[in-house]
Amino acid sequence: MNDEEIRALVAGQLRKIAPEIDVGQIDPAIDLREQVDFDSMDILNLAVAIHEATGVDIPEADYPQMVSLNGCVGYLRSRLK
Amino acid sequence: MIWKTIEKPKQGWAVVPNLLDYDQVRAEFSWQAARRELDGLPSGGGLNIAYEAVDRHAAGALSEHLALRWLGKRGEIRDFTYADLRALTDRFANVLKRLGLDAGERVFMLTGRIPELYISALGTLKNRNVFCPLFSAFGPEPIRQRISIGDGRVLVTTVTLYQRKIAELRSALPGLKHVLLIGTPDELRAIPDTKDFHQLMEQADNRFDIPPTDPEDLALLHFTSGTTGKPKGAMHVHQAVVAHHMTGRYALDFHPGDIFWCTADPGWVTGTSYGIIAPLTHGITSIIDEAEFDAERWYGLLEQQKVTIWYTAPTAVRMMMKVGTEVIRKFDLSNLRFIASVGEPLNPEAVVWGQEAFGLPIHDNWWQTETGGIMIANYAAMEIRPGSMGRPLPGIDAAIVRQRKDGTVEVVDAPEVEGELALRPGWPSMFRGYLNEDARYRKCFADGWYLTGDLAKRDRDGFYWFVGRIDDVIKSAGHLIGPFEVESTLMEHRAVAEAGVIGKPDPTAGEVVKAFVALKPGFAASEDLRLDLLGFARRRLGVAVAPREIDFVANVPKTRSGKIMRRLLKARELGLPEGDTSTLESD
Repeated sequence: MNDEEIRALVAGQLRKIAPEIDVGQIDPAIDLREQVDFDSMDILNLAVAIHEATGVDIPEADYPQMVSLNGCVGYLRSRLK
Repeated sequence: MIWKTIEKPKQGWAVVPNLLDYDQVRAEFSWQAARRELDGLPSGGGLNIAYEAVDRHAAGALSEHLALRWLGKRGEIRDFTYADLRALTDRFANVLKRLGLDAGERVFMLTGRIPELYISALGTLKNRNVFCPLFSAFGPEPIRQRISIGDGRVLVTTVTLYQRKIAELRSALPGLKHVLLIGTPDELRAIPDTKDFHQLMEQADNRFDIPPTDPEDLALLHFTSGTTGKPKGAMHVHQAVVAHHMTGRYALDFHPGDIFWCTADPGWVTGTSYGIIAPLTHGITSIIDEAEFDAERWYGLLEQQKVTIWYTAPTAVRMMMKVGTEVIRKFDLSNLRFIASVGEPLNPEAVVWGQEAFGLPIHDNWWQTETGGIMIANYAAMEIRPGSMGRPLPGIDAAIVRQRKDGTVEVVDAPEVEGELALRPGWPSMFRGYLNEDARYRKCFADGWYLTGDLAKRDRDGFYWFVGRIDDVIKSAGHLIGPFEVESTLMEHRAVAEAGVIGKPDPTAGEVVKAFVALKPGFAASEDLRLDLLGFARRRLGVAVAPREIDFVANVPKTRSGKIMRRLLKARELGLPEGDTSTLESD
């Protein structure tokens, strides 16, 4: 997958957890919890959803890397290689 | 599985625990003596929480001692000595005075964990106004309800939260006279009908004399939820500080020089009683962390700030457990002396995990919004029976009771018998009522007992064990959520005919909110509609209250009298026997 595809995948999973969020309005570099109503439980659910969609194992210790859109994309890029 | 009791040493303590001999301290304890540990306002002016927390230290030897250390999301650090805190809280009290607020009027706060929150809370108490914190993850609907029920006169919030959640509500809140915004002058210029918090602070005098305060004057308003009806505003008085102080001493083992970190948000009662008040009344240093949970960063904070006492929550502990103990070895946590937890029962695995991870067990304790302070606890010097909430604090009489059909109460003396946990009223931080809801308040008492709504049992040695809730209230990540509040909002969606909401057991959060929804004729269940509903609920209720899961059902099961059978929904969800369904109307 290229970055574009990974980004679309993450956005798709994000929409399932928080459908009210306009992904286009999100600053991809900033922690989701700081800009929209999104909490640590949502981050956990997002990591689980991404795992289920891609098969990539995401240990809990890596969750802090998945708190922003760019973080998710970068993490998946390195793991999908 | 039977968990091994965690024994405590009899001697050789580096810091001798305040509650070394439980039975002796309990026997000798009196609330009058506990009151004498505080100063009271000068010249017999009564008792004010903010004076005990701030002014008495600012006027004495602790004046230059660090009261609050605030750690910002971007690595900023701001320190406040007791003298600093006195000047700033005096300023805010003057702000309220100049706005013309009368004693007893409510000041609401809706912010993250920023210094202004702590300053406003204490300044509010100085001007004898009532501090009412709201959790910033509430959506517009829970906020509107609470400000409206609480008849809020002032709201302190940030530009971001105002634009996201309050602006659309202003016309629905006619009693809200003043909105004080925290933001840059540029941001503020564009927002009508608001005032600049920092400008008002600059213009206000930094000396304020606390007017005489009756110990029974209203001080704090904390909202909580029942199964049905609107959120309830539990009222607490200035005298509650006697219990905050006493429990800080015995349940959290505060000693002079301690550095204390309470991870709770002041939007919930723990974050006020122990995130603001108790450490300050003891003149110790309290750490405030603005950012959200991140296990490794938390360990770094414990190390760098040399935290000695740490008060956290089961959900956080379970998240740390998932990350594992390996990462903890990178940190020097040798300053840490005592760990406590509150919010929901801490599972025995988590208590024991504390020992493996930190070399210290985690001490669970129990209390409620209504009790204002810790009531039952595991103590530094007392053995821990993992899974138990511990034993009642000095000055607190607990019992297991059963309510008879005629409403009277029978105390169950036999050990190991399940019943409702009850407390003998009379401790200073007991709630004095639900605001404007006297009938609901009176329902909490019978035969001279406060009935907690929690099921528990007591073992033969006097340790209490939590069993469950009597009602259908949901406890998610330690916070109570009323199913009715969620159902009512879902019903406002154009496609929804009926909704039933339950707490679904969750390994991390204890429970998560799950909704079952029946659709109106003409609407078909689909993934798009489910997402639309989920987004609708999250936007209105906020992430702290909204369901995480929504299922469609043909009908929501109800009794013949029309009550939603949430227990049946839950039994079905869990694949359990459905129990007595004789009163079931339909399915």
